[in-house]
Amino acid sequence: MDFQPTEEQRDLRAGVRGLLAARYGREALRASVESEVCVDRDLWRRLGDAGFFALRLPEAEGGVGLGLPEAVLVFEEAGRALVPGPLVATHLAAGTVPGAAAGTAVVTASDLDGSLVAHWGEADAVLGLPGFASTPAEPVRSADPLTPLHRVASAPVPGAHRDEGALLTAALQVGSALRTLELAVRYAGEREQFGRPIGAFQAVKHLCAEMLVRAEVARTAVYAAAVTGDPGETAAAKLLADEAAVRNARDCLQVHGGMGFTWEADVHLHLKRAWVRAEQWRTAAEAEELLATDLLEGAV
Amino acid sequence: MDLTPTEEEREFRARLREWLAKVLPELPAKPSPDDWPGRRAYDAGWQRRLYDAGYAGLHWPVDAGGQGAGPTRHLIFLEETERAGAPYVGANFVGLLHAGPTIAAEGTAEQRARWLPPVLRGDEVWCQGFSEPGAGSDLAALRTRAVRDGDEYVVTGSKIWTSHAEVADWCELLVRTTPVDADTPKHRGITWLAMPMDAPGVTVRPLRTLAGSTEFAEMFLDEVRIPVGHRVGAEDDGWRVTMVTLSFERGTAFVGEVVACRRTLGELARTAKANGRWDDPVVRRALGRLHGEFGALWRLTQWNVGESERSGGVPGTGGSVFKLAYSHARQELYDVAALVLGAGSLALDEEWVLDRLSSLSYTIAAGTSQIQRNIVAERILGLPKGR
Ligand SMILES: Cc1cc2nc3c(=O)[nH]c(=O)nc-3n(C[C@H](O)[C@H](O)[C@H](O)COP(=O)(O)OP(=O)(O)OC[C@H]3O[C@@H](n4cnc5c(N)ncnc54)[C@H](O)[C@@H]3O)c2cc1C
Repeated sequence: MDFQPTEEQRDLRAGVRGLLAARYGREALRASVESEVCVDRDLWRRLGDAGFFALRLPEAEGGVGLGLPEAVLVFEEAGRALVPGPLVATHLAAGTVPGAAAGTAVVTASDLDGSLVAHWGEADAVLGLPGFASTPAEPVRSADPLTPLHRVASAPVPGAHRDEGALLTAALQVGSALRTLELAVRYAGEREQFGRPIGAFQAVKHLCAEMLVRAEVARTAVYAAAVTGDPGETAAAKLLADEAAVRNARDCLQVHGGMGFTWEADVHLHLKRAWVRAEQWRTAAEAEELLATDLLEGAV
Repeated sequence: MDLTPTEEEREFRARLREWLAKVLPELPAKPSPDDWPGRRAYDAGWQRRLYDAGYAGLHWPVDAGGQGAGPTRHLIFLEETERAGAPYVGANFVGLLHAGPTIAAEGTAEQRARWLPPVLRGDEVWCQGFSEPGAGSDLAALRTRAVRDGDEYVVTGSKIWTSHAEVADWCELLVRTTPVDADTPKHRGITWLAMPMDAPGVTVRPLRTLAGSTEFAEMFLDEVRIPVGHRVGAEDDGWRVTMVTLSFERGTAFVGEVVACRRTLGELARTAKANGRWDDPVVRRALGRLHGEFGALWRLTQWNVGESERSGGVPGTGGSVFKLAYSHARQELYDVAALVLGAGSLALDEEWVLDRLSSLSYTIAAGTSQIQRNIVAERILGLPKGR
């Protein structure tokens, strides 16, 4: 047993981080906010070329043949870079929807409770919903500028992918939580008030320390669930990662003061996306109920 | 990332499980929480059984009398003993979990041979004399003085909150060997000594905790003579040795308790099912949430252990991250327990009510949450020092 990532796993993560830094840095992120084009088709293909979507497809089917542990590492990086688009659904569709594996197709899923579906207008397919193009859908203004929403008459949650969808979404949340921590720490070291960096004040320091604790606990939960594939651990991972992403974004905003409340700072983008993801695949209430049943059945 | 046990680990677990099933029913009844001599005898008896069966000091180095097993095997040991409801380290806490490991890491061969085997056998109990009335979080402000007189230090001062002092044989004692003045930072001039508790001049006065027990004590030291050979590390280099002790205390000393909390949670769920509270979604969801959290904390433990194994054995600052998350989760656990038991949670004869009271100490002892947050912010995140 060695729970630490292997060298290959570290290399894989570093590779994706490098790709995203070069291809989807801060300027690209801000450009998508300005242009309101959320899914960058060129980036999507590049991710496809790098094996992002086909990562878990067997090599015989043209995939990379890796597993969930590798997938959560690369999704963590996408969450850190705040890459918009239905990354999880497209990854889950690799092997069933043509073009998904290569990143030439954009596949979304009706993974939100109720009738809202994300990226409906930009998608080529909806997971488990053939003939979606003829389904009537009405655009809805979205809280997250990079996650457009549509209201659809009937949008069943694709049950078959629920656990994996929840886990990969949790990995995106962890990446975001780690990123907002970095942003907060950097700002706390630069911004001066009362003649010293605000990070020297304990009230600020302690906010940052709690951010780290949340992100680390969530990260281990996500990695563990990826290794064991256990539904209870997966629910815990989603629960803790949602909380880490949402609360870290809030604390990051607080550390940034007035600047944090502006459109220019990236913090709000992380917070809004974290809110969207918290509603996807498995909500906190569902996770807690599942865990309660697990506990009572004595799975420990 | 791999969590599958090796063949050897599987065998070790199976053997241990079998042994526990055999010996646990033979144990005497647990003494009352207030009967410290009784508790010491009970804890020492358990330690002796572990020793005789080859389970004492599993992860201690072989030349320190241990088994030299990897940390993973130690984790399996903690998991299995807790799962089986075996006694906890109790009075042996300091000796086994931090004084012992410190001596193993920093002591001379002679010191290891003198002090470590009796800890493993359960023959000698240690306590920790770090805190003083004027030096808690600001530990380096300690004032207990040691003046060199030939081959001895003459120690005068007082210590406080010393757990198990009433029944301890030895004390890991921090003293000031060089007075603080304008030129010496207060971290210099501190020395780590092993003090026999029966030395003339040592007075122990028990303090009553909020749980009503005498868990810890105040110690008065009046010209206590301690041989220079009892010094671990160099004179005035005690702060560095102390950091080793604290890293064990924060890094690994609470690990076994996570499993205990998971067991308690399972019991609570069954109790809630039996008394009808389970039907309340607030209670149910709170239990589910804690189940997820403690599961993650156990995984964090495995993660930290893997990391310290790679970096040479002494737990790193990850221990502060763990301690912060764990101490708060533990307190929430007992608050949820009160939800499950309603007014029943007021009856002091329930063991877990005492546990609820004692859980209040976890955010204070071994460095308060505020101090842990400072450590995380300054040493892990690199934020500037300040106040
Ligand atoms: C059950 C129990 C067992 C213990 N056992 C032992 C033992 O065996 N041996 C031993 O040596 N000690 C022991 N201790 C002592 C323990 O280590 C101290 O209580 C602890 O370090 C806090 O010190 P203090 O009590 O002096 O509180 P103080 O340091 O006076 O702190 C009071 C409050 O001020 C806050 N504070 C202090 N400094 C700062 C700062 N820089 N920034 C922000 N907040 C700050 C603290 O967080 C706390 O909230 C034990 C304590 C308990 C509760």
